[in-house]
Amino acid sequence: MLQNKANPTISKSTGLPRKRFYRARAHSNPLSDSHFPVPLSPSHVDYSLHYPQLFPSSDCSDGSKKIEFADIGCGFGGLLISLSTLFPETLMIGMELRDKVTEYVKERILGLRLANPSQFQNVSVVRTNSMKYIPNYFEKGQLSKMFFLFPDPHFKEKNHRRRVISPHLLDEYAYVLKVGGIIYTITDVEELGEWMKSCLQNHPMFEPLSEMELDGDPVVKLLSTATEEGKKVARNGGQTFQAVYRRITLASQENS
Amino acid sequence: MEGAQMEDFRIEDCENDNNTHEDSQMEESEQNNKHMEVAPAVISVHPTRNSVAVAVGSDLRVFNLLEDCAVILVDEAGGASHNDSIRGIKYGANGKLFVSAGDDKLVKVWSTESWRCIATVCSEKRVSAVAISNDGLHVCFADKFGVVWVVDLPGVDETQAPLNKKAVPLLAHYCSIITSLEFSPDGHFIVSADRDFKIRVTVFPKKPLDGAHEVQSFCLGHTEFVSCLAFICTPDSPQGSLVSGGGDSTVRMWDIISGSLLDTCAVGAKVVSIIGENFVPTSLGSSISGGLLWMVTGASKLRGSDVSSLSRVKVISGFEKSSPDASEQEPAVLVDSEIPGGAKLLEKLQGSISVDEKVFLAAADAVKTAMCNLLIKKQYSDEKREFRKRTRNDRKSKQ
Repeated sequence: MLQNKANPTISKSTGLPRKRFYRARAHSNPLSDSHFPVPLSPSHVDYSLHYPQLFPSSDCSDGSKKIEFADIGCGFGGLLISLSTLFPETLMIGMELRDKVTEYVKERILGLRLANPSQFQNVSVVRTNSMKYIPNYFEKGQLSKMFFLFPDPHFKEKNHRRRVISPHLLDEYAYVLKVGGIIYTITDVEELGEWMKSCLQNHPMFEPLSEMELDGDPVVKLLSTATEEGKKVARNGGQTFQAVYRRITLASQENS
Repeated sequence: MEGAQMEDFRIEDCENDNNTHEDSQMEESEQNNKHMEVAPAVISVHPTRNSVAVAVGSDLRVFNLLEDCAVILVDEAGGASHNDSIRGIKYGANGKLFVSAGDDKLVKVWSTESWRCIATVCSEKRVSAVAISNDGLHVCFADKFGVVWVVDLPGVDETQAPLNKKAVPLLAHYCSIITSLEFSPDGHFIVSADRDFKIRVTVFPKKPLDGAHEVQSFCLGHTEFVSCLAFICTPDSPQGSLVSGGGDSTVRMWDIISGSLLDTCAVGAKVVSIIGENFVPTSLGSSISGGLLWMVTGASKLRGSDVSSLSRVKVISGFEKSSPDASEQEPAVLVDSEIPGGAKLLEKLQGSISVDEKVFLAAADAVKTAMCNLLIKKQYSDEKREFRKRTRNDRKSKQ
């Protein structure tokens, strides 16, 4: 769509980006070596770029406050925006592979920050391939929550290894999650739901949350309501399948 | 380059369901270059220097230094043991086992006493790196998709026919070629390096067949592919320090427990020159005690010359632990007659063809090109990327 004065990409009334200028294909190839900058290591992540009000200059990060929530494949940012006001003291970031969608989320956050002074300063987005570069962004045990909402199902069996939840990738997610940290997954594709649940169940460093714990966690409700995908599924009367697990220490192995 | 053009097209096709070809960049290059890929010669030295092994192409050559004779490999499969370029060879730390693997998707485990192949493991993909656990109970190998596999070797009985073992996945680097695999000296960790600049240190569990899930650290700092790993044991750190080399022309030292970078050395700082000739090693090896650095230069599947594969071995001395009294020893290249095993070793490991120096330089160059294609990511300009997207055939008709 052509962008001109009559058809601005940012709405004049709300200051927020208009989605139709940021439409992208739902699917992106996680295997291709895209060209976005990747931080050399977690200490190279520029907090002043993402959270300028909280970190006025690049070298002012005293290391005390670090990102704790990561939304992997954050899409249009619905979950992050909800979490931002629910957890105003926590730093959070969305990771998204698609260029246009990342731009949309950036604009959305900027617009919200302008319209709501001192709010939404704790949320940001970065364009990256989280399947390859999560250890570049987060230190060992840094995160307390990780979100995987409506990930790409990669239906064909030969493509299952491209799924963002897989036995091998769970090793890396366990590495960046602190003990007691929680991983939230949800999908409307039943087979994928089974897959994710089984990967988590079979991984020795994750255990499921109990029904009681799930009921007591305000974040769980957001999984199916806060995002574009979630709302679409609800509109279509579809079913969702969630798996919420806690990162535990590896049980000490008896001598074999 | 035509080959690259074809490859480009297929990468973009990855996501298309109607694409009949394999779906990743690595498979693409395999398909295109399967019969053409120049492979470097590799060398490995027995931990107590009982023998030295060199692999050039599919040819595995071993010289027994204890008995001063060439080794005849015994493999039940008959004929040449490997059918395609060998990419990784390594001795186990306890000196009893040797492993070889490569493009023929076979991982062969050998006894270093009888030089019989005691086990053959089939890999689904071509193998890029190998390692044997220090206690000799497990062999690990990495395939070009970034999966590290493990196979167990129960008390090896040499009188039995070679085992055909099935490997299970141990860990994985997501879709990245693993260039090197090493066990820490204390056997607690397995370290894997990939072409996405990463080094992963993982706890090697008591039951490796259940997978190695506990990541100890990531050693991040290289700004290009990591090509090799080695552990150095010093009196200060008997558990060993990890050293890595990469495409960013640096050698870096790491603390594997925390993943922190201890030191960086730009390559070119200290050079040992070989007088009178240009020698570009394609692989290095040393024994634990030795004080000698063994080097090989060579390649296989060379085109455009009379010889399709060649190798040359040289040795540098002067790496002995210097006592406080002894003066600082300067590393020096040994002449052929000074090399342990002498002419007999050289004849076995180099093959008997004498080759012109220019041919070796051309071979080194061909290896460099092949390895760059393998390890360095393609850089497309923005216009080229947009152009490639335009030729995708899976776009919806409406915007």
